[in-house]
This record gives sequence, structure tokens and C-alpha cells, in this order.
Amino acid sequence: MAKKQRKSKEIQDAPALGFVGSLRWIWTQLTSMPTALFLLLLLAVAAVPGSIFPQRPSGPENVVAYLDQHPVAGPWLDRFQMFDVYSSVWFSAIYILLFVSLVGCIIPRVKKHAQALRTPPPRTPARLDRLPQYASHEILEGESDTPDDDQIIEDSCKILKKRGYRVERRDDATGRSVAAERGYFREIGNLVFHISLIGVLVSAAVGGAFGYTGQRVVVEGETFVNSLVAYDSFTPGTAFDADKLPGYSVKLDKFDIVFDRESESHFGQPLDFTAHVQVRKTAQSDPVKQELKVNHPLRINGADVYLVGNGYAPVITVRDGNGKVSYSGPVASIPQDSVFTSIFVLKVPDAKPDQLGFQGFLLPTALVDENGFGISGDPNAINPQLHLNSFYGDLGLDNGESQNVFVLDTAKMKALNSRDLDAGGIRLEAGQTYQLPDGKGSITFDDLKRYVALDVNYDPGKLPIGIFAALALIGLAISLFTPRRRVWVKLKHEDGKRSIEYALLARGEDPRLEREAGELQKIFDKAWPLASEEQNQGAVNG
Amino acid sequence: MGNAGALAPINESLGEYSQLFMLLAAMVYGVVFVIFALDLAKTNKSISEMDSAALKRDEEMLVGTGAAVAGGNRKRRGEAGRADNISEEIVTDKMTYTSFSAKRPMARVAVILMWMAAALHGFGVVSRALAAHRVPWGNMYEFLTTGAFLVALVYLIVLIIKDLRFMGSFISGLVTLMLCAATIGFPTPVGHLVPALQSPWIIIHVSIAVLASSLFAISFAMNVLQLLQHSRMNRLAEGLSDKLPFMRVVPGAGALENFAYRINTIAFVMWTFTVIAGAIWAEAAWGRYWGWDPKEVWSFVIWVVYAGYLHARATGGWTGPRSAWLSIIGFLCVVFNFTIVNIFFNGLHSYAGV
Ligand code: HEM
Repeated sequence: MAKKQRKSKEIQDAPALGFVGSLRWIWTQLTSMPTALFLLLLLAVAAVPGSIFPQRPSGPENVVAYLDQHPVAGPWLDRFQMFDVYSSVWFSAIYILLFVSLVGCIIPRVKKHAQALRTPPPRTPARLDRLPQYASHEILEGESDTPDDDQIIEDSCKILKKRGYRVERRDDATGRSVAAERGYFREIGNLVFHISLIGVLVSAAVGGAFGYTGQRVVVEGETFVNSLVAYDSFTPGTAFDADKLPGYSVKLDKFDIVFDRESESHFGQPLDFTAHVQVRKTAQSDPVKQELKVNHPLRINGADVYLVGNGYAPVITVRDGNGKVSYSGPVASIPQDSVFTSIFVLKVPDAKPDQLGFQGFLLPTALVDENGFGISGDPNAINPQLHLNSFYGDLGLDNGESQNVFVLDTAKMKALNSRDLDAGGIRLEAGQTYQLPDGKGSITFDDLKRYVALDVNYDPGKLPIGIFAALALIGLAISLFTPRRRVWVKLKHEDGKRSIEYALLARGEDPRLEREAGELQKIFDKAWPLASEEQNQGAVNG
Repeated sequence: MGNAGALAPINESLGEYSQLFMLLAAMVYGVVFVIFALDLAKTNKSISEMDSAALKRDEEMLVGTGAAVAGGNRKRRGEAGRADNISEEIVTDKMTYTSFSAKRPMARVAVILMWMAAALHGFGVVSRALAAHRVPWGNMYEFLTTGAFLVALVYLIVLIIKDLRFMGSFISGLVTLMLCAATIGFPTPVGHLVPALQSPWIIIHVSIAVLASSLFAISFAMNVLQLLQHSRMNRLAEGLSDKLPFMRVVPGAGALENFAYRINTIAFVMWTFTVIAGAIWAEAAWGRYWGWDPKEVWSFVIWVVYAGYLHARATGGWTGPRSAWLSIIGFLCVVFNFTIVNIFFNGLHSYAGV
């Protein structure tokens, strides 16, 4: 009803008022409930594509693969920002409009409610018996505890106050009555909820702007010193200041995995990852031994360090055709399955006279299957082997384009070792060295270590978001479960008899109004000696 | 959570008993489903008998006064349900038990059997937990079996105070379906949790999510019935025949809508909590509180759809069928999130054990 009236008023106010008038009209439209509802449902629909198409922020490599597989549809989807849904123009437009609408909705409601808080409960209706919950009791006169009019009104005030009502006493020409209202917290909760949503959004924006995320692989024995150059990849927020990076360091002593060895059905499932690290909060401070585990990040100077991955890093030495060491160190391999069969790629751009490249697999526990292929039999490194092909020529690293470290571009290279060549593939056990054909050099598998993949995340918005989210939840519960009710109690003099009448009115959804009426009746029954009961409970008016 | 070496060993034989009890429970639920359906049919028949008895009485009285014509009229009103006192006896809009309730022996048997099924089911869930030494919701099999248990339990508890037996076949059918899906589609022997799931948050986050989902399921059923009742009433108002006479044991559309709304408000608060708890957990486990992982996307979509539903009803004036549709869409999203997203969408939430 109220909505309809508002609508017709809007139409009367509508444009013809020039620029300002049009703006006002747009504003009224935008902050109207139907628009908000429409935007809300649109937001739900707009969020869906992000779960169907790969998204750049969470997996850029998946987007590249998708574009490769869909040469026609891919670029079109990209044009419509289907791979960056949550930062796309259209998604942003919807939620920004929604939040503008929200603000436009909240401001007048705050004003209105502030006023309502200062307004006494409404006047007592002339005929209470028309209200949905109504009862009337005659007062038993002449008892020792029979109260006078004043007492009754005062008692009613007390009783209602105790039950959380705001109470207003009315003594006027038509008689004595009490008007009471409760449930002001409903609207307060609702406003807290909506305002908190804005708080969440703003905190997320601010946190994103001042924060950063970075990734880094650390091999056992290595130390990660927090600085821009130390990251494998780094994504700063727009307002991020590199000078503010705290100079802590994390040394990985050892990484342990526990696998399930007892269960038949889940044999080999990882049960525990523990990285034993030494943390220095600043360059000067003493190292402190700590454990880094999944679900237990290191929290250092506001930044958080997470254990997000792990694998094997064979330690390799490569000598080039001139006999010089052109590579020496651990090479992180990417596990592909539960037994840690891992992809190994090594590019040796410093090798002379030809650059060298290796690709293949690391098998932590090498076995040979019936086809003569090497497979891994266990996730632990019981009998580690490298099975590699080798190439020489031009790695294609000089043209400045960034390359995936885990993909060897063999376009300008020639194969030295592979199953298809006479030389065969390379098979190396730990400690072994293999001489490349044609005097191109050698490769040594010195040792096998584990590495951890770390995510480092600094987001100053986290705490405020948490607080706003908690407030939103509390506000929501209050707003949904606080009933708004009005109660009137009236003293009636009729034919020389006195009786009290009372009635309850729900404002909005209130399935428990009847129960409240029953409770009040019980309390009133005890408060005064009442003669008869003449009730009209549960009459359905609403 | 502690040292992995300290993980207590799995009790595999107890796990097998658990699976056996799940199967037994599924079978009993299946029987319950059939009995509830028979009850609807039978109740429908006995209502018709009551109707014609009343009609006959009326006619005799009317014949006595020489005004036999009103009979046909009387019958139509009877069918329309709400207007006459036979229907009031059968079912009230407050969904409380009436004197007629006792006249549904089939339904009483179904409820008793359903408690027995729930007891078997409960044993299955608890023994699974004991066998694994942890909460029994770490993979798809466990989500389904525990979720189905909660659906049944919540329904049975509400049944103590409210006469919701008209939804009996829906609930027992759903529970049977969930148990069959778990046993046939996702059989998973008991095992330990992967490290990412070893967190106290699994207890809070998942249990509230499953509880909220089971409440959404109940309100979904009510909203579907509401739509049926609504179109049935429209037909009757136009004087057309009653195609769904069994709907006479179902309360009126308005009552269903209000009850569903109350359940949805509770479930929505729980869902809000689930999402927040999920974000807190994700912060600890994955290094970010929100990353638009497919599961996160769909949890968000569900949240927004139900927020839309609440707005539509509370302020938009969208009551009746339109708000019912929003609630139905919301529940379909819940189902989608639980099935398709778990099984086919690759994300960090891929713990479904498939
Ligand atoms: C981010 C978008 C929004 C979300 C998620 C949201 C969510 C909610 C929720 C969950 C409720 C509780 C429902 C209830 O009390 O029955 C609510 C109530 C309400 N919302 Fe929103 N809301 C949003 C935007 C808006 C906007 C833009 C407006 C104004 C145009 C608005 C106006 C209201 C009003 C007036 C109520 C009170 C309804 C009542 O309690 O009777 N909301 N909102």
C-alpha cells in the first residue's frame, strides 16, 4: 500500500524540471526498492560466469590454455572480460550501482529511525477490540489487594517496561491508558547490517590497494629474505609502497610430509605437511624456530606467509661443451600425481658454445612398468631417478618475451637425447653423472631436496572486514528475529464496573504475537485480582 | 591440528558397519516414503467419504425443509477446502495437530518407522565418526550421509510440534535419494582428512552449512506445495474440478508461504555465518579470505538470491508465487553447489573425494 502511494507521488514529481530535476528523478529511481531488488538479482546472475570460465587472478595459466583450445570463442569471451569477471566493467557497474542504491536507501532510513526513536508510541485507539489480539478482564472489587486506577496504570507500565517495551502513560479526557511499543532494535539491526556491508566493501577496496601478494619457492636450506627481488611473482595493490616491505627472513631447514601408510583405501594420501623454518623478524634479530603448516600461517610483522604447495627439487650440476660449470643448484619440479611423478625442466642459457635444455620427469621411487616406461611407485624418495631428454641450440630467451620456466621452447633447438634417438634418453640416479653426446657437456644429479611454495600476503583490510562481517551477522539476526509490537492497556469504567482492556498489534511479520498475548495475560492475571475472563484471543484481523 | 603421527588409526571394521547401517536406513526410509504416499491417497479417500457423509446429512436436512437445490453448492465449497469446517479439522493453517490428525494411522506408522530409520542412520553417522576419530563430513559420501541425517532429524523434530506430515513423502524421498547417491555414486571407505581440512573450522563451517541447507530443503518443499496449492485454489475459484485432491491435507498457500519464510530467515542467517566462517578458514588455509573459487562464487550466488527473496517479501511487496519462485531458485542453487560444483568444477574445494 505505502509503496503504491509513493509511486504515484514519484510520478507527480517526475522530470520536466531540467537537469537537476532529472538527476533527482534518476536518484529516486536508483534508490527505490524494486531497482535494488533487480540489481541484487542481476549481481547473482553476473557472478556465475566466473565459476564457468577460468579466471586470470586465480589461474592465469588456465586462461592461456583456454584461449589455446578455443581460438574463436576465446578472444570474444576475453573482449567481454569473461576471464576477469570480478574486476570487469559490467560486474563492477552492477555492484557499484547497488551500493549507491544502498547508501541512498540507508541515509533516509537512519534519519527516519532517529526520529522514531524520539517519538512516543502512538495514541491509544478508541476501540481496542478491533485489534488482532484483544482481551478484557473485569477487576474484582473489594478484595484487600484491589488496586486503584492509578496503581493499575502504574503496574501496567512496570510490567510492559520489564518486557522490553517503551511505555507512555496517557491520562486524558477519554480515560487512562498505557501505550507501549517494542522492537526499535529491529530497524537498528537492519541499518547496522546494511552499513556493515558497505564497510566490508570499502575495507576490501582499501586492503587491496595498500596490500600485496607474492609467491616464492624455497628449497630446503634456502632463505627467503622479504624484498621485491626475492619474489618469483609479486602483485602489489595500487597504493602499495615498496619501501614499506618489512625486512624479515624465513629459512627453510626441512620439510616433512607424512603419508597414510595404514589405510588400504587411502594409501599414500598426505596427512601432514610441516615446514621447519627459522624466522628473523628483522635483519638484526635472532632467528626463531617455528613450524609452518597448512592452516597455520606464519604471521610476521603484519604479513602472512602460507604454505601452499611443495615438491621435489633435484640438485643439478651442468657442465657445458667447454667443460665449465654453467648451472649448479636445485631445480623445482612440479608434482603431477599422488606419487609425486614430477615434471622437470631445466634451461641452461649460460652453456657454451650451445645453450642446453633438459626436460622430463623426476620419479621419487622409480620402477619400470611392463612397457619399459619408468613410473613412480611411492611419494617418498626411496629410489629417485631423473628421466630426461636433452636439447642444444637456442633457448629463445633473448627476444625479451617472458617465458614459462616450466615449458621448454624447442623450436630452435636440436634433440640430443630422447627415446627416439640412438643416444636414448637420460636416466640418472642420485649421485650419477651423464656425459652428453657429441661433447656437448654433462649433467650431474647431485642430490634431492624438497621445496615449499609460499604465498606471502599483506592485506590491511582483513581485520576491518572481519569486524564488519561480524557486525553484519549480528545486525542481520537482530533485524530478522526482533519482533516489532505495540501494546495498549486501557482502564474502562462501565456500569459501575472497572475492567482492563488490552490489545496487541504486530508491525510486520510476527508469528509469535499470540504467544506474547498469552504471556501478558498470565502476568496481568497475577498482578491484580481479576473477576471474570472475557477474551477474544486470536481473532484474525490480519 | 597436532602431529600427524598422533592421528589415531582408522577403525576399518567399524567403518564397514557404518556403511551397512546407512544401507539399512536407506531401505527403511524408502518404505517410509511409500507409506507416506499411501497415507496421502488414503486420507484423500476418507476425506471424500466424510464429505459425502456430510453432504448426505445436509441433503436430508434440506429435503426436510424442501430446499434440495443447495446440495451441489455445498459440495463445491467442501472441495475448495478452506471454507468448510471439515477441512478445518483436517489441517489448520497453523499446522498444528487436530482431532482429524489421529485418523491417519498410515501417517503415524510412517512417522514411527522414520524415527527408526533415523536411529539406524544416526548410528551409521556416529560410527563413521568414531571409526575415523573426527567429524564425519570430509568428503562427498560423508556430506551426503550426514546432510541426509540432518534433514531427517530436523524434520522429525519439527514434526513433534507441527503437523508437517503432508511433506513426509518429500522428505523421506529426498533422504532416500541422498543416501542412495552417497552409497552408489560416492562410496568412500573411512579415511583421514587431508591437511587442509584438519582444522577446527571444519566442525563449525561445514555443520552450519549442512544445517542451513537442510532448512532450505524444507522451505523449498513448502514453496513448491505453496505454488501447487495456489494454482489449485485458482482453479477451484473458477469452478473447475479439483485435480489434486490430496492437497486437501496440505495447509493453505498463505500459511505455507509464511512458514517457509520463517525457516528461510533462520537458514539465511546460518548461511551468512557459513560464508563468513568459510572466509575466515580460507584465510588460514589458502592465504586469502575470498578468491572467487567456484564454490565461493556459488555460495555468494545463493546468498544473494536469498537476500533478494527476503527483500522481495519484506519490502518489495513480492509476496505469493513470485517470492516462492525466488526461494525455489535459491534451493536449486544450493543443490547445484552441492552436486555439480563439487563434482565438475575444479577449485580449491575439491575435497569431494571423487
Ligand atoms: C548489497 C545489497 C543488499 C543486501 C545483500 C541486502 C540484504 C538485506 C537483508 C538480508 C535484509 C533482511 C531482510 C529482512 O529484514 O526481512 C534486508 C532488509 C532490508 N533492506 Fe536490504 N540489502 C541490500 C541492499 C538494499 C538496498 C539497496 C536497499 C534500499 C533500496 C535495501 C533496503 C532494505 C530494507 C528497507 C530492509 C528492511 C526490510 C524489513 O525488515 O522489513 N537493501 N536487506
